[in-house]
Amino acid sequence: MAEDKIKVADLNAWFGSHQVLKDIGFSMSEKTVTAIIGPSGCGKSTLIRCFNRMHETVPQARVSGQIQLSGKDIFREDPVRLRQRVGMIFQKPNPFPTMSIFDNVVAGLRLNGVKDKSRLEAVARQCLIKAALWDEVKDKLKDSGTSLSGGQQQRLCIARALAVSPEVLLMDEPCSALDPISTARIEELIHELRPNYTIVIVTHNMQQAARVSDFTSFLYMGELIEHGETKQLFTNPREKRTEDYITGRFG
Amino acid sequence: MTNYGSRRFVNIFMFCASLLSVVVVLVPLFLVLFFIVSKGASSLNWSFFTELPRPVGEPGGGMGNGIVGTLSLIGLACLIGVPLGIFGGIYLSEFGKGRFALVVRFATDILNGTPSIVIGIFAYTLVVLPMGHFSALAGGVALGVLMIPTVIRTTEEMMKLVPNALREGALALGVSYSQTLIHVILKTARAGIVTGILLAVARIAGETAPLLFTALGNQFWSTSLREPIAALPLQIFTYAISPFEEWQKQAWAGALVLIGIVLLLNIGCRFAINNRNMKRR
Amino acid sequence: MSANTDRTFERISLVCAIGVVAVVFLIGSVLLWESSPVFQKLGWRLLTNSQWDPVGEEFGLVPFIYGTLVSALLALLFAIPFSLGIAIFLTELSPDWLRGPTAFLIELLAAIPSVIYGLWGIFYLAPWLRQSVEPLLIQLNLPLFRGPAYGIGMLAAGIILAIMIIPIIASIARDVFQAVPMHQREAALALGATRWEVTRLAVLKYSESGILGAIFLGLGRALGETMAVTMVIGNRPEISLSLLAPSHTMASVLANEFAEASGALHLSALAAIGISLFVITFLTNAAARFLVWKVSGVAVAGRRE
Ligand SMILES: Nc1ncnc2c1ncn2[C@@H]1O[C@H](COP(=O)(O)OP(=O)(O)OP(=O)(O)O)[C@@H](O)[C@H]1O
Ligand SMILES: [Mg+2]
Repeated sequence: MAEDKIKVADLNAWFGSHQVLKDIGFSMSEKTVTAIIGPSGCGKSTLIRCFNRMHETVPQARVSGQIQLSGKDIFREDPVRLRQRVGMIFQKPNPFPTMSIFDNVVAGLRLNGVKDKSRLEAVARQCLIKAALWDEVKDKLKDSGTSLSGGQQQRLCIARALAVSPEVLLMDEPCSALDPISTARIEELIHELRPNYTIVIVTHNMQQAARVSDFTSFLYMGELIEHGETKQLFTNPREKRTEDYITGRFG
Repeated sequence: MTNYGSRRFVNIFMFCASLLSVVVVLVPLFLVLFFIVSKGASSLNWSFFTELPRPVGEPGGGMGNGIVGTLSLIGLACLIGVPLGIFGGIYLSEFGKGRFALVVRFATDILNGTPSIVIGIFAYTLVVLPMGHFSALAGGVALGVLMIPTVIRTTEEMMKLVPNALREGALALGVSYSQTLIHVILKTARAGIVTGILLAVARIAGETAPLLFTALGNQFWSTSLREPIAALPLQIFTYAISPFEEWQKQAWAGALVLIGIVLLLNIGCRFAINNRNMKRR
Repeated sequence: MSANTDRTFERISLVCAIGVVAVVFLIGSVLLWESSPVFQKLGWRLLTNSQWDPVGEEFGLVPFIYGTLVSALLALLFAIPFSLGIAIFLTELSPDWLRGPTAFLIELLAAIPSVIYGLWGIFYLAPWLRQSVEPLLIQLNLPLFRGPAYGIGMLAAGIILAIMIIPIIASIARDVFQAVPMHQREAALALGATRWEVTRLAVLKYSESGILGAIFLGLGRALGETMAVTMVIGNRPEISLSLLAPSHTMASVLANEFAEASGALHLSALAAIGISLFVITFLTNAAARFLVWKVSGVAVAGRRE
């Protein structure tokens, strides 16, 4: 196995006095897909929001412990720079409604001061192709981002995240607001992105976790119950609670 | 990225700029409060509250008639503004649907945005012209109309905050709608509605423009509704633009009293609202 | 019997609701009725004449309209950057612990009665302008800053008005910003935006028309504000390009002359000013309401306190 891309150790997270994550520790290799599963409210979103330090932007929220990205502690890094390296896709597609499709994709680049029109166009095209959206939008790049369907909007958000060339992509239930066909397209897309990015995906859907991921973490009440290869975890879980959850004998 | 430094700089710069705008705007607040307290306190004594204004040249005297006048005008205004406002608010939250409710809301907003001096002309035409002279009644009408929008809006908001479960609970028990309204909804919303009324009072207590040609002002004690009546803000105005130093001093003292009333009402309401919100959470 | 009280209750509240609408109509019609003599006598001359001489029965509204517009626009010019700065600070950039106290103080600013601002304006603002600010402005030698430094005048009125409308614009802009969904901010944040870039990208763009609505509400208030303006503007119905010169507004002439109107036509002319003011603020507020609603569904927080 290659060197760990992300390494989590003794991670605790709170909202006010409510501890949401307890002593989480595991690691992810480069260019793999890791799924995080667990019942609602167990802290999945909180966990991945620690990876790009979005958790700390919530008032009263705190973290302790360590997360290393390529061997460097992210809590010592500047969060703004970190977030360029660690992109995020949200549960509900959230394109900027006042911007065109094109402007949405290059929003991150523009923040970085890229003004060169041909460069922006090239990146937009490339990212839309990567996000499997190019063919559908290439003739209406000037239209508003919200004129697209939900599934297209989600792929637009993926293209937007890709445009700042992140190393890691965090996806928080990216398909839960989408229909089955759009879901299938996103799953395909994850397959296509895998060779180039380290992906962490939160999902409620165990079939989805089994389909798209190499590794799976099972989180329960803020604790990491089990982490392992997806195939092994789904066919032969080590923990009783994991088994109960994946067989649906749970809350 | 190469320009990250400049982005951070812009970020810090904008933070400072926004903080600065807060500070700059608070400067006049503190200046106003500071001058009123420092200038007003020296002329403020017991007789200010009990005595009539003295003629020019005689030091001392007070604005007792203005304070009483303002209180009477507020009372009169409440007689008009409170029932209209509360029932209007009840209409909007409980019965109002469709186009007419939109019209009522729109009218409330327009009324809220109408300059108070225009409402003064309205009261002048409606009351002063038929009566043939200025009167406390006319001032009360003007201030009453000014209260309406605030009272309507808070009443509506407060009634809407009452959980639907409470209504349905009462209705399910076979209690009639009006009884539910009176005993459940209004009772729950009461504190909020009272707060709204007090805020409206705080607002009209300092209103001057519509009183200029309705209540007019009065140098003497008068409690008759048909006569012109003194009012604290009117007296502050008259004395402030007068060329006599004693009178100007009185104006500062009056301002101190007025701002005391207005700020107490406001701060009190603010705390009442915050407390309630805390409890609800 | 209870069904009966139910009906009564509904009827009473309906009557009151109709009453509120009726009041607005009444205000309009009363003003129209009162101003009709002067409209009949002078017609459009009213709106083109720049002479105002009640004794000579010459009534032109131009100086007042000019004074009202210029003072209100001047106030907006000062107020917009500060109000938006405050609203941005309160919703986006402020540390948590500072938010409550700041908002509270800004609200206090809105609670101070107009006449008290006027008092302060006469005795502190105007003298300060006369001694410290206006001499410097005069040295700039621009047409905007000509003539003797009185202290009292258009500039003083603009500043006082700005102080009075800042809390209004700021509080509505704050409501508008708060209505921007959190996920919009997170979208920008996750792209690696700084706090300010989040504000610019996700918040300001999203709330453009709401901000415009807030500005219109502030404008409406500035157009109709009476006492403080009357006390510091100098009350002279003259049109002067210089901001240092005394001026007059529609509201301030009403405050000065209505109680002692010298005759029926004078009163009617003042009522004509009243209805013009009513119509202008009506349009401004209607536009504001429309704009604020369009974006955010924020109940038009046209608080006047
Ligand atoms: N902004 C917040 N403030 C306070 N508590 C929060 C906040 N967000 C989440 N929580 C709490 O933290 C816990 C974990 O939330 P989290 O969103 O991480 O769960 P999740 O596993 O993602 O759930 P879901 O599957 O429903 O998305 C929950 O108990 C929730 O109530
Ligand atoms: Mg979640």
